[in-house]
Amino acid sequence: MRHHLILRVVTKLLIGVIMLFALYVQFHGDYSPGGGFQAGVIMSVGFIIYSVVFSLADVQKVLPPWFVHKLMAIGLLLYAGTGVYSMFVGYNYLDYDAISPHHPVHGQHYGIILIELGVGITVTAVMVTIFYAFASRTPVMDDEAW
Amino acid sequence: MCTALAVVRTQSLFATAMLAGAFSLLSALLFVTLDAVDVAFTEAAVGAGISTVLMLGTLALTARFERPPSHSPVIPLFVVLVTGAALIYGTLDMPSFGDPNAPAQVHLAPDFIQRSPEEIDVPNIVTAILASYRGYDTLGEVAVVFTAGIGVLLLINGLRHRRRRKDKEDA
Repeated sequence: MRHHLILRVVTKLLIGVIMLFALYVQFHGDYSPGGGFQAGVIMSVGFIIYSVVFSLADVQKVLPPWFVHKLMAIGLLLYAGTGVYSMFVGYNYLDYDAISPHHPVHGQHYGIILIELGVGITVTAVMVTIFYAFASRTPVMDDEAW
Repeated sequence: MCTALAVVRTQSLFATAMLAGAFSLLSALLFVTLDAVDVAFTEAAVGAGISTVLMLGTLALTARFERPPSHSPVIPLFVVLVTGAALIYGTLDMPSFGDPNAPAQVHLAPDFIQRSPEEIDVPNIVTAILASYRGYDTLGEVAVVFTAGIGVLLLINGLRHRRRRKDKEDA
């Protein structure tokens, strides 16, 4: 899609907004609709749109496949690790009171932000991975083919 | 409804993928009217966004048009009709929409609404329930997403590596 000037310019403008919106959905999920799952999907859309309009190689310079694969596991480990931490401190698994024993409500807030971050990272990475897996097998076609 | 019928009838798979995206967007609107904003959000992002892109990606790998069916559609139609009838019959036993005496409204919902401001103090109670009260559930969901990613990676990427290795051996 090299020659679609309007698409390229609009995409360049939009990608920043999309990612900012993803971060908003991620960290404002406590107050408004949204959370890790939705934010992860929106964030991955930012990368996917870049890859569709520019090229797969361009995205993989920013977000190389090996790094995305690591991210998949890091998100899940962050989530599970929060639970393990609360267990080590002597609370139940995934009981966020453990993070701030003197002020349990704060603990809950930190816990929710942490695990939502884990969810967001994993979902982003998985979506991007699936897209990479499909897109890297696709032969580059010209617009006439559609 | 019309969109769903169009999805079934269209032969061009490209149009089908696009119509499926439109169908997801419409069902997201349906969720909004049911006051399930979080679900609508997910449906719009995943159903209308990502899955359409993935379907297009798959289309690029395979053919553009559906093959004419090789067997009669009577038996599948029968199975679908029976399943649909069973599902509709099942909904007859459910409390009607917005019924204040439904079990979900009587026990769990008031309990969560009462407890979460004191215990968690997060204005969006959906987040409080998903992340804290049902933390195990959400951990399981993330594990499912992770497993799906690993599965796609093994199936599609693994195949390519193996083929490349074979090419190298042949050469």
